[in-house]
Formats: sequence, structure tokens, C-alpha cells
Amino acid sequence: MEKTWNNKAWFMVLPVLLLVAFSAVIPLMTVVNYSVQDTFGNNVFFWNGSDWFTEILESERFWLSMVRNLIFSFIILAIEVPLGIFIALNMPKKGWGVPVCLVLMALPLLIPWNVVGTIWQVFGRIDIGLLGYTLSALGFDYNYVNDPTDAWVTVILMDVWHWTSLVVLLCYAGLVSIPDAYYQAAKIDGASRWAIFRYIQLPKMNRVLLIAVLLRFMDSFMIYTEPFVVTGGGPGNSTTFLSIDLVKIAIGQFDLGPAAAMSIIYFLIILLLSWVFYTVMTNVDAER
Amino acid sequence: MNLTWMAWTLPTALFFITILILLCGMAFWEFVSPGGNPRVGVLRFETTRGDRLFVSLLGSAFIHLAWLGLVGPNLWWALALSVVYAIGVFRYV
Repeated sequence: MEKTWNNKAWFMVLPVLLLVAFSAVIPLMTVVNYSVQDTFGNNVFFWNGSDWFTEILESERFWLSMVRNLIFSFIILAIEVPLGIFIALNMPKKGWGVPVCLVLMALPLLIPWNVVGTIWQVFGRIDIGLLGYTLSALGFDYNYVNDPTDAWVTVILMDVWHWTSLVVLLCYAGLVSIPDAYYQAAKIDGASRWAIFRYIQLPKMNRVLLIAVLLRFMDSFMIYTEPFVVTGGGPGNSTTFLSIDLVKIAIGQFDLGPAAAMSIIYFLIILLLSWVFYTVMTNVDAER
Repeated sequence: MNLTWMAWTLPTALFFITILILLCGMAFWEFVSPGGNPRVGVLRFETTRGDRLFVSLLGSAFIHLAWLGLVGPNLWWALALSVVYAIGVFRYV
């Protein structure tokens, strides 16, 4: 039978299209306009061609922020994903422990990002913070304000504390959806704990894990608030990630042209990565 | 309509008008031949013509950036390369 094609339902999405136009498309167009011009204020602009793009692409500062951001994303993924799987595997599957664990896991996710930053800023202080004071009392030379390594450790610990629960909850959702029959079959075959994880649990968690990796990568690649509140991008530029650098150029220096050019390059990278992740996810789904 | 608050210029307006014409063209194409012509190309996964347009536009953006960073500010050759790339994507992807 011939399939009926009726695209009239697309009219239903018109209101959303209008909203997106005002909240995303028009600002994006403005950014594109800024990226090819220079301004000294008073809404007067001068044509500058592609010079801002060349400047950003040749700027060491931009590439260093990019490298720092990629290293940060890689480290937090390398910690949060295995840790999230480990915690999800060890969470109770029935009984009163389930709601308790779920609420405990959800708590860090409910805290606003700037509050998380403030918590860790105080927590890490060597004079009044529990972490900083304890480490100093134990003889560690810890001071995230003037030591780049300590600043990185603090920012990474903060992100792990804040976001590992998201990986846990996603993995847990994947785990509880596995029917008991799989475990019974594994028991009959005498499968080891590792074999159950490798051949039953991990394949069943595949999709949620991909979502977790995608979310965590995108989020960490765009991270701004938490490290900004804790370290302000310092000491020096050691924790200046792309978004912090972008805000410094746009609002700190009020260089709209370079900031717009940098935004577009940043946006294109995010778009490319999102497309790659989305394509991988949808194709893994289609293969099943 | 006063658009000075968005700092419009003729080249950026032409750029967005081109994107709009491309989108309208794709909508018309879909109207004439519905279904998006899905197929499996060199990337070994199914793509529709909308996917191919997206890959063409995104790839063209990176071709222009690479040209700016590696060759120089004359972007006409980058544009020509992008057109060749887009034809390749629509033909083989």
C-alpha cells in the first residue's frame, strides 16, 4: 500500500521555531555579524573581514585554552565513567536502600552550579575549609589559590563530586532494565562475576553509557561556572578553559570581534562533536 | 525595519540568505520527492539528503577555517573547494 505523506503536522512546531529563532538563531546571526567587524562602542562598526578568525586561529592563548579543556574533559571522563559504573553495580536493586541511594545520588545534581563552586571554594581553603585545613594539618603543601596542580585537582574533584551521580543514575537505569532471565542463564552456565559484567551488564548499558559520555563530554567541554567561581581561571591561566577565556575576551576586554570569531569556532567544534556522538549513538541503536 | 542593532553587513546578509535559500530548496526537494532519499554511502551508515546538506555545510565551515589558518585570507579558493566537497558529499555519502 502506498504510504501517505502528510507534512501538515510541521505547522504545529511553528511556535517552537519562533521561540528558537529569538533565543538562538538571531543571537547567532548577531555573533556572525560581530565576527567580521570591529567596534569602539556607540554601536558603530567597521568592516574587518576574516582578520579576527585569523587572529584567533594563530593565537597561542586560544589553543592553550583548547588543550586545557580537552585534557580536563579527558580526565573527568576517565574518572567519572568507570567510577559511575562501579557505584551503579554496587547499588542495591531492591529494598529500602534503593530510594536512599537514589536520593543521595540525585542530591549533587540538584545544586546550582555557582553554589557547587562556592561550596568547593570554601571547602578547599586552607584557613577555614575542611579539605584544605585537613590536608595542611596532615602536612600536605596544598593551596589551590597559588598552585596550578592543586587548582586542577580541586576543579577535577569538584566535577567528579558534582557529576559522577549522573553517570551512576544512567548506568543504574540500564542495569535495572536487564531481565532476571539473563542472570539465571548466567548462573546455570556458571559464569563468573566478570563474565556477567562483560557479556550481560556492559552490553545492556552500552546505550546509556554513550549518552552519559556524550553529556559529560559536552558539559565538561563547555564548563564555565564552577571553575570560574573556584579559581577564576587561575592561578595565572592554569584553569582558564575555553568558555572562561571567551568571557574574558568578550566581557573583560570588551573585544566583541575576536570574542565573536572565537565563539563561532567554539560553536563549530561543539557542533561537529555533537554530530559525531549523535551519529554513533543512533547507529549503535540501529544495529540492534 | 532598523537592523543596526544586529550590526548587519551585506556579506553576512548574503551568507544567511544563501543558507535560507538552501533550506527552502531542501524543503521544496522534499515536497517533490518525499522520504529524504536515505542510502548508505562511503561513511557506511544511512544518511538522508538533510544529513548530507548538514555534513556539507559543517565540512565547508572547517575547510574555510583550515584555509584561513594554513593558507591565507583569500577565501575564494576555499569556497571553490567547499563546493567540490559538497558535490562529493551529495554524490558519495
